[in-house]
Amino acid sequence: MDITAQQNLVHQTRDARRAIDFPKLSPAERDALIKKYHPDHRGQAYRSIKFGPNAGESTVTEVATLLEGDSPISAEFDLTPEYSVDVLVVGGGGAGCAAALHAHAEGSNVLLATKLRLGDSNSVMAQGGMQIAVAPDDSPVQHFLDTLKGGHMKNDHDLLKVMVEEGPSIGQWLLELGVLFDRQADGNLHVKKGGGSSKARLLTCSDYTGLEIMRVLKDEVLNQKIPLLEFGAVVELLSDGKGACTGAVLQDLDNKRYVVVAAKTVILATGGIGRLHIQGFPTSNHYGATGDALVLAYRMGVPLVQIDTFQYHPSGGVYPEQLVGALVTEGIRSEGGHLVNAKGDRFVNELDTRDVVSSSIIKECEEGRGVRTAAGRVGVWLDTPLLDVAHGPGTLDKHFPAMVRQYERYQVDIRKDPVLIYPTLHYQNGGVKIDVKSETPAPNLFVAGEASGGLHGRNRLMGNSLLDLMVFGKRAGQTAAERAKSLKQGKLTLDHLSQFRTEAKRHQVSTGMTSPMVLPAYTRQV
Amino acid sequence: MANNSIKPQQFAEQASEIQPQMVTVEIEGKPFQVPAGVTLMKAMWYAGKEVLRGAGCLGGFCGACATYYRTKDDPKVKTCLACSMAVEDGMSFSFMPAFPARKAIYNLPELKDPKQDLFELYPEAPLCRNCNACTEACPQKIDVREGVWKAVFGDFKAVADMFMDCVMCGMCAPVCIADIAPNLVAVYASRSQGVHFTEKPEGLATRIKKIADGEYQEDWDRILQLSDDELQKTSASIT
Ligand SMILES: Cc1cc2nc3c(=O)[nH]c(=O)nc-3n(C[C@H](O)[C@H](O)[C@H](O)COP(=O)(O)OP(=O)(O)OC[C@H]3O[C@@H](n4cnc5c(N)ncnc54)[C@H](O)[C@@H]3O)c2cc1C
Ligand code: SF4
Ligand code: SF4
Ligand code: FES
Repeated sequence: MDITAQQNLVHQTRDARRAIDFPKLSPAERDALIKKYHPDHRGQAYRSIKFGPNAGESTVTEVATLLEGDSPISAEFDLTPEYSVDVLVVGGGGAGCAAALHAHAEGSNVLLATKLRLGDSNSVMAQGGMQIAVAPDDSPVQHFLDTLKGGHMKNDHDLLKVMVEEGPSIGQWLLELGVLFDRQADGNLHVKKGGGSSKARLLTCSDYTGLEIMRVLKDEVLNQKIPLLEFGAVVELLSDGKGACTGAVLQDLDNKRYVVVAAKTVILATGGIGRLHIQGFPTSNHYGATGDALVLAYRMGVPLVQIDTFQYHPSGGVYPEQLVGALVTEGIRSEGGHLVNAKGDRFVNELDTRDVVSSSIIKECEEGRGVRTAAGRVGVWLDTPLLDVAHGPGTLDKHFPAMVRQYERYQVDIRKDPVLIYPTLHYQNGGVKIDVKSETPAPNLFVAGEASGGLHGRNRLMGNSLLDLMVFGKRAGQTAAERAKSLKQGKLTLDHLSQFRTEAKRHQVSTGMTSPMVLPAYTRQV
Repeated sequence: MANNSIKPQQFAEQASEIQPQMVTVEIEGKPFQVPAGVTLMKAMWYAGKEVLRGAGCLGGFCGACATYYRTKDDPKVKTCLACSMAVEDGMSFSFMPAFPARKAIYNLPELKDPKQDLFELYPEAPLCRNCNACTEACPQKIDVREGVWKAVFGDFKAVADMFMDCVMCGMCAPVCIADIAPNLVAVYASRSQGVHFTEKPEGLATRIKKIADGEYQEDWDRILQLSDDELQKTSASIT
């Protein structure tokens, strides 16, 4: 059957589907579904980490290999610094920009180094929105409970409490910088309901929330004249020989030269891992999402938490080919869009948590109720025209202009036709262990944003990441700046790396791999 | 590129290679055979080119991949985002180099009259000569020329709405005969709109005060001592 014929079934069954209310699963049913179908439970994709702080723990092969890789920096490397700063911020996404702005506001001498250009990141792509408990019928405590249930009760309570309580003042900070969140007629912030949340709590800037926030933060970083090092990728950290972090080695990607930075404090805000293509999944992530902070912190002896769990976003593109893996906003489901299998039936409550929805899509496809494209991919329908039918013509144009444009580029009109989706690798649920000040167990080394772990448990709730970035970016920036005031620049050594290499040798690990990866190797060898 | 020693599974980026059909495209003036239907970005990789400057989000949001292209036999040079456009047989394209547009430096909260201050920060803005080249250059189909005039006439709200789609690719700037960088003018206008001309949401202030006053403390005390099972079933009291 061609795609058009299959699409017709979605149109034909729309009215009947609208009459049905699809219940959410009970906790027991959720667990059973996830154990059977979620990629986090595919045993053969996992192996145990051979040495280092998480030795013996299991993670996906891609990450284990990365962690056990060797540094590009040799033991004899000349550590004469070219820069000497109070705070080195690594990463130009939301967490990095927030950290740099706050550290700068505290009077610190900051250097912001980032792999690509300032703002080229995952943050700029966030469409769905940012969770902050601002509505009268909501509360930070309810936000805490929803997140905990979404994370399978495995979230770090202290980190989570900090995030939900500081949410509203972070919203205030962004408004003061000029971020234009959507409003209600009475001037209050408009809130949308996100998957897994009991209350409407998503602040949005139409479907360009991340873009709007990043345009503003970038502009402010430039206004504040914070020194930048674009196309500067951190490839190794420096330590004082007693476990504290004292700087980093960057590689200038334009000329491949290594650059040593002495820093009293270092903040890693390097984001996620999508470009590792775990288990062969396509990804929604940006070009530089290669999990660099995991490697850098690990070699400093810092443990990772919940590094066996990843988020596969339910709606990655399947058709047209150019959009494979690209994120199709969750907003469509938030506003009532149905998921429909090849038989024209719904099969899950679309507002259930991401792990549940992704597992059920994988189930439909594995049990033969998926829709197959000419290129041999499978997926299920996301009924986009339903939104215009339910809320009136123009709804998609008004609330989802980015998505309308995303498909229009390939001659697909989402107002007329449903789109095909399948889970895509989206987010690293765990990450580097931090405390409530965003500091790692290695003194003066901070990690903020997606690179850190613990807050989201085993499944991040939609919209919580943008808040996480701003809250912990701020805490990292402020604490690092405060710390730097009373700190003398420590010695620059690679002692942690020598120890790491000794360990590797002792465990007879020699993968021949260099890490961090920095950028994925997409260029064809011709 | 830095470390090519780890090969991620290539499934995601190059699955389209299984399509047998090939097309010819010209990249920076030189012909290459690439699989039909891939994005311009993937065509670069397929052609064996390393991409550093020119790739960012890979999802149509960051503007890093601003590209000029022309289709077969059509004299018109158009613009696009290379990560979000498919190749066609006979197409020619080149990435746009970084353009040194001037960004004004300002401290928004301190501005007394942002609509007037625009003329000091961006004195070139009112010199627009209506050539419309910026609008034609915009891959996001924003009516850029109109936006520049709205900013000049002080309708910052309209500018903010119109430029919500702006990915800051900067393609509107090199074409401007008046040396305006419309996207930078728009960011200024849009942020000013937020800082100076938008209502403060009362509900947010109330919530911040309640948190500061410890109104949720009782709820926290009750909840933080529950077991996971109890937490699973509980919900907060709404004050
Ligand atoms: C398509 C998409 C949509 C999303 N939608 C939402 C949403 O609606 N709501 C929500 O809350 N969350 C959403 N998320 C998740 C959220 O956007 C990310 O988790 C978040 O932006 C991560 O922010 P970050 O600052 O930690 O990392 P990023 O924004 O990814 O920034 C990391 C930065 O570090 C740089 N970097 C990486 N390695 C190095 C290195 N070695 N040296 C120097 N620099 C380096 C990168 O180039 C980048 O600039 C979405 C994610 C994606 C991919
Ligand atoms: S307005 Fe200018 S910078 Fe913005 S998307 Fe259009 S061309 Fe690019
Ligand atoms: S390109 Fe410059 S002069 Fe021409 S319409 Fe746009 S802003 Fe005006
Ligand atoms: S790479 Fe970001 S828009 Fe193309």
